[in-house]
Amino acid sequence: MRQELTSTKFGKYGGQFVPEILMPALVELTEYYEKYKDDAVFNEELDHYLKDFAGRPSPLYFARNLSREYGVKIYLKREDLIHGGAHKLNNTLGQGLLAKYMGKKRIIAETGAGQHGTACAMAGATFGIPTEVYMGAKDTVRQRMNVYRMELMGTKVIPVKSGSQTLKDAINEAMRDWVANVETTHYMIGSVVGPHPFPTMVRDFQSVIGKEVRLQIMEKEGRFPDSIVACTGGGSNAMGIFHPFVEEDVDLFAVEAGGSDMKTTDKEALHSATLCKGEDGILHGMRTKVLQNKYGQILESSSIAAGLDYAGVGPELAYLADIGRLKPCYSMDSEALDAFHDLCRLEGIIPALESSHAVAYVKKAAASGELGDIVVINISGRGDKDLETVMGMRK
Amino acid sequence: MRIAEKFKQLKAKKEGALIAYICAGDPTPEATKEYVTALVRGGADIIELGMPFSDPVADGPTIQAGIQRALDGGMTPDIYFRTISSLKLHIPLIVMTYYNLIFKRGLDKFVKDCAASGISGIIVPDLPPEESDDLLQICRKNEVDLIFLVAPTTTESRMKRILAEGTGFIYLVARLGVTGARADVAVSTGELIKRVNTPTPKAVGFGISTGYQAAEIIRAGADGVIVGSAFVNIIESRKNVPQRLEALARELKEGAARG
Repeated sequence: MRQELTSTKFGKYGGQFVPEILMPALVELTEYYEKYKDDAVFNEELDHYLKDFAGRPSPLYFARNLSREYGVKIYLKREDLIHGGAHKLNNTLGQGLLAKYMGKKRIIAETGAGQHGTACAMAGATFGIPTEVYMGAKDTVRQRMNVYRMELMGTKVIPVKSGSQTLKDAINEAMRDWVANVETTHYMIGSVVGPHPFPTMVRDFQSVIGKEVRLQIMEKEGRFPDSIVACTGGGSNAMGIFHPFVEEDVDLFAVEAGGSDMKTTDKEALHSATLCKGEDGILHGMRTKVLQNKYGQILESSSIAAGLDYAGVGPELAYLADIGRLKPCYSMDSEALDAFHDLCRLEGIIPALESSHAVAYVKKAAASGELGDIVVINISGRGDKDLETVMGMRK
Repeated sequence: MRIAEKFKQLKAKKEGALIAYICAGDPTPEATKEYVTALVRGGADIIELGMPFSDPVADGPTIQAGIQRALDGGMTPDIYFRTISSLKLHIPLIVMTYYNLIFKRGLDKFVKDCAASGISGIIVPDLPPEESDDLLQICRKNEVDLIFLVAPTTTESRMKRILAEGTGFIYLVARLGVTGARADVAVSTGELIKRVNTPTPKAVGFGISTGYQAAEIIRAGADGVIVGSAFVNIIESRKNVPQRLEALARELKEGAARG
């Protein structure tokens, strides 16, 4: 079941559906990644940044009060405590270092909630590489503090006014930039999406999450958990925590955004539940599950959590769902909000609205017993960025 | 009409080809028919009609806007093929679209619909040869050309593979970047034309908007020029569109013929 790096696909998913201009860059990136991924010097340097700059390892916290309330033993993987407030930095430090080794003069990226953009800004500043981030104009409004954070760290934020003005359009625009500047620029994709090698490479950089959980849960429980639950938009925090457990007897739950309604029209989905409701298609350089209409036009997706608001999903997740290795599920906006408040009130932890979807699913599913006795939830980010959204939701 | 036949005719006349792109349904299917007629009257040798896709990553702002107008105007693949069937052109027609629309319709059905409605070639900007085996086989079976792109960044080994598989013509991307009209001819364009060593005709696109540029590119050794954004700009202006499309096509064709 394990995928070799030289293969560009996960089963039928993945691949490299990009303009010819980009193909040599993907080949180059794959070569560099293969060269450095097991290189002792590269990994020593990366470990240094992960430890002393990002603050790894992140704790695995036994959430006593939440466990009592939900009726299942819950551990929280505290990616919210990583520098910048989310797991995103794991990936940008890896790719940033690789870009440095490759001699790239410029980094570009897309961002949805602004978490990845912020993490890029941090990596760009640390490694001294000028960084520009494309962000949907709508998202720059709902996440304006993240825009300001990026700007403080010297990153240029470019609002994208085309299409739905969200993550999907920011990716389109970043790809156009990359096509024009491919020789000097590294495109730092923020999730396990896009053409090969990105889904593999980003998964590997994020796998530090799951690797830590393996050690931490053994220390605390003397065994692996029965299940791991992670929110899934593009799926980088999910693949990061799932990957080191794919070969183990642990149930994996990918919780997507149910939005306001699981309905889909010809133009839009009122949710972002791509694994649950999507169909096979090609988007952003990969074959994967896609929210699309009968002609193959990509739908505008929707979620209270900008970081989950995406019409595609990582190809490896689509593959793992197809073969039954993970269970796709969803939480609605309202359920995520409830869970957000639960975690604030019961544990003194303000989670990102994205991560709140995972918490909400545990709340729903715990009673049925499908999660077993011990659950690990990936708290992929902290909720400071969402306070205005949450305040706005309170009548 | 097959694309190869058209290039053969033009070669006999020692003329470069003008391949004119507009997006079908921009702003309505009816307008497209009128505009195609105008382009043909102006001297376009081959018409490339875009089938609008919601996420056109290889296109610049001008064509993106055209695609958006077409989608807003209700263009769908079904309407596209109906519109094409009613055109009755005596020159080759090419569909340019992104892979998801082909994939969703089903490769076999898409290519058969192309053949049945008089389309002789398919350009898919997000389908490199690595992913194109299935579509290529179906195209061959239905005698529809699958046209590949080469770029200034294309390596020699990839070039060999593309030249071996591409039929109709080879689409040379004149410069790094997305589509869009520009005033100059990039130095790299001449170099790329020399690098593409093949008996298959070579057509250069991305950034061409004047008769002068067209002549330069033919003189540098290309067999044709592909012009899109400059035509779409005219459609966007909504002023005397058919007349101006025809006039620009004439200027470009004269350049291509002169070069």
